[in-house]
Amino acid sequence: MKKGLVSALAAALLLGQASAQEKVTLTVAVFPSLDSSIKAILPAWQKKYPNVTINMQAQQYADHHNAMTTALATGQGLPDVMAIEVGYVAKFAEGQGLEDLNKAPYNAAASKKLFTPFTIAQATSSDGRFIAMPTDIGPGTFFYRKDVLDKAGVNPVNMQRSWESYIAAGKTIKAKTGAYLVNTAASVYGIIIRTNLKSGEGIYFDKANNLLVGPDNARFVRAFTLSKQIRDAGLDAKVGEWTNEWYDAFKKGTVATQFSGAWLQGALQNWMAPETKGLWRVQNLPERSFASWGGTFYGIPSKARNKQWAWEFIKFMTMNQSSQIAAFEDNGAFPALVAAQKNKVFSDPVDFLGGQKARVLWRDAAAKTQPIDVNKYDSVADQIVQTELTNVLEKGKDIKQALSDARAQILRRAR
Amino acid sequence: MSYRLPARPRARFSYTRWQQRFAPYLFVSPFFILFLVFALFPLLFSLYLAFHLWSPLDGLGNWKFVGFENFALALGAQDLFWQTLKNTVWIGLLAGVPQHLVALPLAFVIHQSLRRYQSTLSTILFLPYITNAVAIAIVFATLYSERLGLLNYARGAFGLDPVRWLGDPGMVPYSVAAVVFWRYLGWNVVLYLSGLQAISEDVYEAATVDGAGRWQQFWYITLPLLRPMMFYAFTLTIVGNMQLFEEPFMLLNDGGGSGGAGLTTAMHIFNTAFRDLDLGYASAMSWLLFLAIFALSMVNNLLFSRGGER
Repeated sequence: MKKGLVSALAAALLLGQASAQEKVTLTVAVFPSLDSSIKAILPAWQKKYPNVTINMQAQQYADHHNAMTTALATGQGLPDVMAIEVGYVAKFAEGQGLEDLNKAPYNAAASKKLFTPFTIAQATSSDGRFIAMPTDIGPGTFFYRKDVLDKAGVNPVNMQRSWESYIAAGKTIKAKTGAYLVNTAASVYGIIIRTNLKSGEGIYFDKANNLLVGPDNARFVRAFTLSKQIRDAGLDAKVGEWTNEWYDAFKKGTVATQFSGAWLQGALQNWMAPETKGLWRVQNLPERSFASWGGTFYGIPSKARNKQWAWEFIKFMTMNQSSQIAAFEDNGAFPALVAAQKNKVFSDPVDFLGGQKARVLWRDAAAKTQPIDVNKYDSVADQIVQTELTNVLEKGKDIKQALSDARAQILRRAR
Repeated sequence: MSYRLPARPRARFSYTRWQQRFAPYLFVSPFFILFLVFALFPLLFSLYLAFHLWSPLDGLGNWKFVGFENFALALGAQDLFWQTLKNTVWIGLLAGVPQHLVALPLAFVIHQSLRRYQSTLSTILFLPYITNAVAIAIVFATLYSERLGLLNYARGAFGLDPVRWLGDPGMVPYSVAAVVFWRYLGWNVVLYLSGLQAISEDVYEAATVDGAGRWQQFWYITLPLLRPMMFYAFTLTIVGNMQLFEEPFMLLNDGGGSGGAGLTTAMHIFNTAFRDLDLGYASAMSWLLFLAIFALSMVNNLLFSRGGER
């Protein structure tokens, strides 16, 4: 009896020994610029695990997620580690193709408290499975052009007080400098619906899958009303994100403020408008609200071949402080790991923002961002509500009518 | 008296005969295998899915039968499906009608008067058709740019206000249609040119002798004799424009631009399938789109056969 146990143990040890020596190739499917973060961390990984080669498969954002969807549907061509962007994590969580990290051998439950709280909710399915580990987050603030505000004589603190004071300041800015307040009225809508949510509420659905959109929901009515006020007062430049006009507005300072995740600083500095160095500042969103833009996760497909090494890799990327700092320094991927946020680089002044200690602000915003429940029909609801918002802004449709039309349409689709 | 029948020659396996019998099947099989895998199977699978609720993330086999619910959903009042169908038909008309109104006379002029330059001209006109869609999107996004675009710059030179080509929902269909028009004009010209070349010179000579002018020749000879080619070209335009995807997708992204004014049915199907992961609903809409195309082609057929067959 005892002998049997001993020999089993010995065999297990030997096997462990053997597998440590064995050459392993780990397939990691990612999208830009996460690939850049991983490349920055890879040397440290290779040093620690020389026998595990990382085979990185990077595809463009949409292609990557389409490929992963197909792979999960058929169970073919799955990587060992799958990167998932926040826009897809809810849908992937509702499917059954990814490992539940709450369970053994992962036992991630204990590690969850190491991360910024709201990201954990994003990766948790409605039946409580935890399908992916967070690696980076996009704490939200608003960027403003200090030179434009100075010229208009507007104190940025006043813009923070309430949405009404934000709009009032916008009128002054427009009158004194000719600059627009915001790129598009729809972006104000985008923040208001993402903030001041009650516990157990998502943006469009609550925990029990009840639809929140409708003419009686104060959050949506207010978001629509304020957007319309901005449009009617001629305060938005009617410029969409990621367009040539958007970049041009950053360069020329024709738009005074921009709501965004912390990553915008890196993008402005590196390619969008490097010549505006020193002209930008950041501050918290109006009405002390907190929201996040973006975020990335790593999951393990249930049919992956090297689950054990996949988990080691994910832990190395997400729970290792120096990895998280390396990614942050490489391309501004803001750590989801709370301990990494305490690193001294976070109290360094940011030259691009005129020496402002902005990272402290972002860290604080990340800690205060509340968990938002996600729903697999969020993208359906989002498209329908956005279309109705355009009807309100462009065609003068009645707000209550638009919201009840949106409600009817979403109810039909969310089955 | 009995005698034996001579033994029949034993049927031997003959490689040559086997070859003669089965080789042809072997040689044509690649087409059928490809057709089965890449055409028939997806077709039947999508028909099957149209009656089910299925997200690819649930894995194969986990589909739930819902009967005609997906079809009812698409056909229900004020659903996006109708809106996108309206967008598609409107953009299709805006792009398709001028395409033929311009391509036909253009082909006629090239055929009659500019024959020396015919190959050069058709090459130039055909170029947009073979140009990469991404390149087209970049060029047109630059042209259409509200503040930085050439079009608005030109308008500014005449003291006109800038137009939000891709921002104003009322403007979006025209902007998309212009690109589609530009892209497929050459294709239609080439079609008509080849149709014109099939018409015998003798007919024109006889008409000239009888004193018919250019216009009369066009109206009484060219048009009637081009009928079959026109039918063919119209059908292609209807099918192509009803499935419009590339141009609006590249110009406006998957949302179809401001207020979804440029969201075509094909884009909506794509979004439903690959962004919302509702494959059943997307399949049902694909079949409805197929029916719409089929119906329009039948109308086209009817218009051409009326008083045709001469």
